[in-house]
Amino acid sequence: MAQLPERPSSWGGLSAILDTRAKQATVICVLLLVMAVVPFVTNDYITVIVTHALLYVVLALGLNIVVGYAGLLDLGFAAFFAVGAYTVGITTQYFGLNFWLALPLAVFFASIAGVIIGTPTLRLRSDYLAIVTLGFGEIVRLTARNLRETGGASGIRGIESPWIFGYHVQSNIDFYFVFLILAIIGVIVSVRLANSRLGRAWLYVRHDEDAAEAMGIDRVKVKLAAYVVGAIYGAIGGAFFAANLGAISPESFSFRQSVEILMVVILGGIGKIPGVILGAFIVILTPELLREVGDLRYFIFAIGLLLIMLFRPSGIWPAARGKK
Amino acid sequence: MTLLELKGVSLSFSGSNVLQDVDFSVPAGAVVSLIGPNGAGKTSLFNCITGFYKPQHGSIRVDGTETLKLKPHQVTRLGIARTFQNVRLFREMSVTENVMSGMHCRTSSGIVDAILRLPSQRREEAEIRAFAEDCLTFVGLTEGWEREATTLPYGWQRRVEIARALATQPKLLLLDEPAAGLTSGEKEELLGLIARIRDERGISVLLIEHDTGLVMRVSERVSVLDHGVMIAEGTAKEIQANPKVIEAYLGVEDGEEALG
Repeated sequence: MAQLPERPSSWGGLSAILDTRAKQATVICVLLLVMAVVPFVTNDYITVIVTHALLYVVLALGLNIVVGYAGLLDLGFAAFFAVGAYTVGITTQYFGLNFWLALPLAVFFASIAGVIIGTPTLRLRSDYLAIVTLGFGEIVRLTARNLRETGGASGIRGIESPWIFGYHVQSNIDFYFVFLILAIIGVIVSVRLANSRLGRAWLYVRHDEDAAEAMGIDRVKVKLAAYVVGAIYGAIGGAFFAANLGAISPESFSFRQSVEILMVVILGGIGKIPGVILGAFIVILTPELLREVGDLRYFIFAIGLLLIMLFRPSGIWPAARGKK
Repeated sequence: MTLLELKGVSLSFSGSNVLQDVDFSVPAGAVVSLIGPNGAGKTSLFNCITGFYKPQHGSIRVDGTETLKLKPHQVTRLGIARTFQNVRLFREMSVTENVMSGMHCRTSSGIVDAILRLPSQRREEAEIRAFAEDCLTFVGLTEGWEREATTLPYGWQRRVEIARALATQPKLLLLDEPAAGLTSGEKEELLGLIARIRDERGISVLLIEHDTGLVMRVSERVSVLDHGVMIAEGTAKEIQANPKVIEAYLGVEDGEEALG
């Protein structure tokens, strides 16, 4: 049999540095250590901003499963975020539910929403899905804005933050760690799903729907699973977001929000977990770092984004799936 | 015993008839070939059998089960696997991962199993990998499993595609022009492989092929499709002597020569 030419490394420059498991583990430990001390060595302002970035890590990891793994363009992801936040808001405020009982309900309702929007649309083989999801996102926002139960335009206030084993999670540092833990769980779940039967099925369907069907893969079911998992990420992010701020309003879940989450995924590199994390930090932190230049900051940020997309169209993170 | 049976299958696209009243069958344990000039409807027939096209009339039965209403993935589950005329491997995925796709319909781990990495899920993952590697070894690929499948030489990609189809554990394997683009040496190996698929794995093979010489050597029965109509059916020898077949081929090229 002929000798095979060497396969080019998919990790690019990074594979030379992070070639062993031990080195990768070291990098991860150092990063975690840095994240653990951030709120203690910096001020409250930075803690809040980084907490916000961690929320975006969770949301973007969810959207990454939909867009990155399954290849479904979703322009209304903030809707699931809203479903999670409003479920917690309504059930804790009006029904006096404990946050930890409201959380599974949020997950449940988001899954239902995922199935409702997914079942009729995922059969379509086109970018109609993007339009439908865009509409869905707006419907959810407008519904929240016009229903009495959701508090109309002013939203819901006074949502109580959760207790864990008798400890009241309420300070900015507390929530920083809540979102840090959520982000870590989010990463672990994403990695495990990616390297599973279902994770591979998402890639098969994304690359070639017909070939995947011919291999016995039910493409509608597989896409729906991606949609529901993404919805659950969004709902969990939304639930803790509501608990953190204590107040939610329809404008937190606008089209702009959906686009920002999508921007995180695309900027970091679709389908690449480290890229998505990096993307979340860039999208949230850059406008804050540029605060000194006033209104110019969004202009500078936009130019930066354009340049990144011009020079690294498949995202900042080096290409393709790595070794397991 | 009949594994696959088509009766009166008619397919038309916006008024033009692609298949007309086609009767066709594949007995269990056989290698059957389908030949015919370009545009005769061979691949369309494949697409009907695998559930990608829905014929307007007729019936298609696999092991006695009517498949006309089934989706492609359900037909695959029933035991029909296929390769594509233009190799369609999954990009950006390794050779092994490509073949592992075939095991999807024979396994069951879901979201929760994957997140919790339950022992049953890990066992299943190991089984999927082992079976994929077994299929790769069977088609003669013993190295380069971690390479991106679409970067392999063309002939190897064809083998990966066959391995991927075998991984669905089919009763009947549909090969759409498997020899196209292969060197003569590779064609010889393909002949051996087709025989082994039937003899060692007990899988029937239905072949679309342009290389009529190859068809005559490998198949017990040959069917000829021309303009959507089944014009002849018989052993290789009978087909070669059939005047209708020669005429059909004369329309596009030198029939006698094409039929060897």
